[in-house]
Amino acid sequence: MVGSIAAIGAGLAAIGAGLGIGRIGGSAMDGMARQPEAASKIQTAMLIAAAFVEAVALFAVVVALLGNNPQ
Amino acid sequence: MDFSHIFNSRKIGITALVAVLFSFLTLLAQANPETDTAKIAADTIHQEAAAGHEAAATETKDQPFDTGAFILHHIADAHDFHFWGEGEHSVGLPLPIILWTEKGLVTFMSSAFHHDDEGKHVVEANGQRFVKLHEKIYYASATPNEHGAYVEVNEKHEAKNAKPLDFSITKNVFSLLVSVTILLVVFIGVARGYKKRAGQSPKGFQSLIEPVILFVRDDIAKPNLGYKYEKYMPYLLSVFFFIWFNNLLGLVPFFPGGANVTGNIAVTMVLALCTFLITTFSGNKYYWKHIFMPPVPWWMYPVMVPVEIVGIFTKPIALMIRLFANITAGHILMLSLICLIFIFKNLAIAPIAVPFAVFISLIELLVAFIQAFIFTILSALFIGMAIEEHHDH
Repeated sequence: MVGSIAAIGAGLAAIGAGLGIGRIGGSAMDGMARQPEAASKIQTAMLIAAAFVEAVALFAVVVALLGNNPQ
Repeated sequence: MDFSHIFNSRKIGITALVAVLFSFLTLLAQANPETDTAKIAADTIHQEAAAGHEAAATETKDQPFDTGAFILHHIADAHDFHFWGEGEHSVGLPLPIILWTEKGLVTFMSSAFHHDDEGKHVVEANGQRFVKLHEKIYYASATPNEHGAYVEVNEKHEAKNAKPLDFSITKNVFSLLVSVTILLVVFIGVARGYKKRAGQSPKGFQSLIEPVILFVRDDIAKPNLGYKYEKYMPYLLSVFFFIWFNNLLGLVPFFPGGANVTGNIAVTMVLALCTFLITTFSGNKYYWKHIFMPPVPWWMYPVMVPVEIVGIFTKPIALMIRLFANITAGHILMLSLICLIFIFKNLAIAPIAVPFAVFISLIELLVAFIQAFIFTILSALFIGMAIEEHHDH
């Protein structure tokens, strides 16, 4: 049972990260369409922001893995 | 012939998508009747002896494939480099085991364990007895337990035996040495090229590396570190190429690659520790003032100062976990896609699982670069925050 609950937690975190990365990607697209000349700068900033959001989801995966030790 | 117009039609695209989804369902449907008929067949047999025999046979044959254990075994470190085969018949490269015991240094090759990982094969060296259990080396007990392993276990099935200090050249250490050797050969050559042809155009391998070096300098170091960037370039370039190269080597599924080096939390911890030390020791008075006297009303200090102090440590810890979790997640994802074939026990899954695994591998090539980039740019960002000259508040 512990494993399955941990998996639900990881799934919930993935929903949050998905929303976050979706917003970042969408806004970056908007920005690039408005200012194509700033595309490379926007891309760099987008990757950094995405990494921060993604890290949260991965923390959840790590916690889920650590919690996944059924006896 | 140009078939691209087929994919331009939305109707055909949707049909293809539905077809792929339904092919999955039919495979599941195919898998189910088999198990059902097997169950009915098993139920019809009522003879006691036959039933007992059947139970024993199904236990060994139909034992559920333990995907979790299989995957975790493959992303973990090991004492030998496994090539192919199972159990006694496995072929691999034995690696040296170096132990610091109560009686001093003990060394022998991992082949002495004869591919045993259950603690059943005792190796005697230097008058001491050792067993290997789940890639950990213990002092062997005098007598085997009920499972034939020379260890004593507690109620949680963890070994209670004492462990010698293990300095072995494991799979990860071996891969690390290989990649460091390659990096040294490449970059000593490139550095010599720059010295010899100062101010001239690059030549040979130098031309291949130069755009990446310029990328690290112009897109990572300069925007974050300002005019003092040159002092930190050696560290940033080393860490960037080290992570990138080890990520790529980890994606190679056979011999010199395949070890999960950057997906090992000890490796990423050392990398993050380097960033932490550089940040802390290059921090100027503005950086420390921001931590101990943040620009907030004085009565906020009891809250803000602890938060800022914790912030010093959370930044490298986040760096450590980000790299570890990204690379480990990539490896787990790829292994689980291949494991789908064994979970469904149906070769028909392979045409779906294998191309998908290839697709994820291609994404992982991108992730390998992005994670090296993220680690380097965040290191540069943290160092840049520590060496910033003025604060506009």
